[in-house]
Amino acid sequence: MRVNWKNYNPGNFYDEMISTPGYARQPSRRLASHLKSLTHEELLQKKLAAELAIKTMGISFTVYSDAGNIDREWPFDIIPRIIAEKEWNSTSLGLQQRLRALNCFIHDIYNEQKIFKDKIIPKELILNSSNFRKECMGIKPRFDVWAHICGTDLIKDGSGEFCVLEDNLRVPSGVSYMLENRRVTKRIFPELFEDDYNIRPITEYPDQLFDTLAAISPRPSDYPEVAVLTPGVFNSAYFEHSYLAQRMGAELVEGSDLIVEKDKVFMKTIDGLSQVDVIYRRIDDLFLDPSVFNKDSVLGVSGLFKAWVKGNVALANAPGAGVADDKIIYTYVPQFIKYYLGEDPILPNVPSFLCIDKLQRQYVLQNLDKLVVKPANESGGYGMLIGPQASKKELAEFARRIKADPRNYMAQPLISLSTVPVLCDRTVEPRHVDLRPFVLQADKSYVTAGGLTRVAMVKGSYIVNSSQGGGSKDTWIVGDN
Amino acid sequence: MLSRVAERVYWQARYLERAENMARLLNVFSTLLLDLPPRTKLGWHSLVEITGTDEAFDAKYKQALERNVIRFLLSDNNGYSVLDMLALTRENARTTREIMPMEAFEQINNLYFFAKENLANGVARGPRHELLEKIIASCQQISGLMAGSMSRGAAYSFVRLGRSLERADMTTRIVDVGSGNLLPALSGADVLPEVNEPYENTLWMNILRSQSAYQMYRQNVKHRVNAEDVVKFLLQDEEFPRAVTHALVTLTKVLGKLPNNTKVSKQVEKTLRIVRQGKIDQLLDRGLLPYIDRLQLEIAMIHQEIAKTWFLPNK
Repeated sequence: MRVNWKNYNPGNFYDEMISTPGYARQPSRRLASHLKSLTHEELLQKKLAAELAIKTMGISFTVYSDAGNIDREWPFDIIPRIIAEKEWNSTSLGLQQRLRALNCFIHDIYNEQKIFKDKIIPKELILNSSNFRKECMGIKPRFDVWAHICGTDLIKDGSGEFCVLEDNLRVPSGVSYMLENRRVTKRIFPELFEDDYNIRPITEYPDQLFDTLAAISPRPSDYPEVAVLTPGVFNSAYFEHSYLAQRMGAELVEGSDLIVEKDKVFMKTIDGLSQVDVIYRRIDDLFLDPSVFNKDSVLGVSGLFKAWVKGNVALANAPGAGVADDKIIYTYVPQFIKYYLGEDPILPNVPSFLCIDKLQRQYVLQNLDKLVVKPANESGGYGMLIGPQASKKELAEFARRIKADPRNYMAQPLISLSTVPVLCDRTVEPRHVDLRPFVLQADKSYVTAGGLTRVAMVKGSYIVNSSQGGGSKDTWIVGDN
Repeated sequence: MLSRVAERVYWQARYLERAENMARLLNVFSTLLLDLPPRTKLGWHSLVEITGTDEAFDAKYKQALERNVIRFLLSDNNGYSVLDMLALTRENARTTREIMPMEAFEQINNLYFFAKENLANGVARGPRHELLEKIIASCQQISGLMAGSMSRGAAYSFVRLGRSLERADMTTRIVDVGSGNLLPALSGADVLPEVNEPYENTLWMNILRSQSAYQMYRQNVKHRVNAEDVVKFLLQDEEFPRAVTHALVTLTKVLGKLPNNTKVSKQVEKTLRIVRQGKIDQLLDRGLLPYIDRLQLEIAMIHQEIAKTWFLPNK
């Protein structure tokens, strides 16, 4: 196997590296020729080196299966994905703008509810959302920020422009894999980092995250006690929880490590109880506090919610923030940007149809075989219908579901996701990708340089989720040399 | 430091030390084999007795053949084998990654994968020695890495607690090898002591070697290798790091750095007194076993006090 770009054919899709067979786009040119210069053995050796590095570093994720939970090594493709810095700078502004607007929205609906009064969005749509928490009404978190950490999924459409596919405001994961992918790539392509490319570093993320969390501490001190709350080692993202705790020097706690006394949160330590100021929680709202939400939860801490309401502990993201992480609300975000910020959206949404609207629903039902239908609140790519790839039976089933519960569904045209080259068994082939940058907001905001590129490793597939056979790539934001 | 994390760090260190010591035990036995007269049968069953795994072994195997015992203690999935010790080390390291040095986890992870792929080959005598040496060296490398890169705070204190306590316990078990019914053919009343002697020496010399103690013994004990001095050295020497006394003294030093240590310290002091006051010559005449059993019990009590003081969730 030697890379021959003339045999590389992305068909009708926008390929981010190769414009026409044999020709690479500008920022990827040096990478393309470097790959071409490698022998079969060298390529194979790099692939093996990456696999070994991943095994050694213990980069893994958990797959839930009937046979028990399996700790799998992280699937990784060695060819980095390149994005020009100039393009990234405006994308990054767009991401920050979007999160600012989302936070204004969340704060508004839990407080004054101006947006309902101004009839931008129907009240029922929000109050019926399964992620709306009435318990949060009237609460004012620090800086009026509810979603401190956001993982926004971006895709490139047929013309190569970034647009937003969804906002993940609950407990978005993947940032540790972004960081580890870079570590692996540095081990296998040191030559490219040295001379050929001016690649924006990404290592600062844990520090930025720590600063964000420290900024919302209710006890002003130089060293706020920050803890990462994990459901435990059997959670699929446990690797990431421990990774972030390690990199921030924060405690990694499970629910049973915490106790609430007099509306303050404490950790059980070898010295006795020690107060916690900020909790970066990686468990869902409903499991946070059995005395308020899901009574059977053994993951959470009784009394935690009240401690937060009283302002004795900060929670990131705040309970209730997930209300904006809803595929129906998503369709309104461009309007939020105009309404709250008085600005034009920098990043477009993917065109969407709301099934709750009669006319749009009609269109969706008539064109099901051409559309992608998504339920409002699922994540991880579950519960979706990809019209063009679905059977008659599946189409009928979704038509039934949509009619039964229109609030719960929206549809989008099948976007021709961009492709990038992936090293396959004998060749380099185009595969579809998306990108999840991570956006932080507290007293200031921050966007990762790039993000986690997820790859649909199966030919023709659009499903990039690691839980469903997706892989990943290192992502380079490349400046002028 | 979280109680739960302290517990995992402590066990990670214990399991790592146990894996190393188990490898050392298997190595002594296997080497000893080569030095004994051809017709002597090694009492392999005593190996599972020494490690306190005889019940589980007897449930699984009918005969205490060499290959059965080795397989059981090396690579079976039974919660006692070297492989399982390394798996448990890794599991505890994996769940304390946020406070352990990253490189330590990588090394532990690598060692586990190496063990998983190769240890079963060690059932055959040929590759066994090399494999065990590699395991021992890797365990030491990991301990060294932690020593060289961890701040001397609570986390490292729990590493040292776990390591020292396990070492004290395992050294008593290795002394057991020499005092037990290891050489049934040689310990019968009809064998003249002078016939026995060269093999006794071989036995104790191998025991010293298993603890990397032969050189230090030679430098510090001027006598030739003999049961009494070796047992004294392994149990009572203050300076040799794998000696029980030294391990317990280390414990007292580490305890000084931890909060609420009174009860644990008392138990360690008590155990130290028993070790230091043991009259080895008399004990050897009467049989060392009850004394060793007593020591192991006291060591287990130290663990219980540690768990009560720091690991059990307060309230």
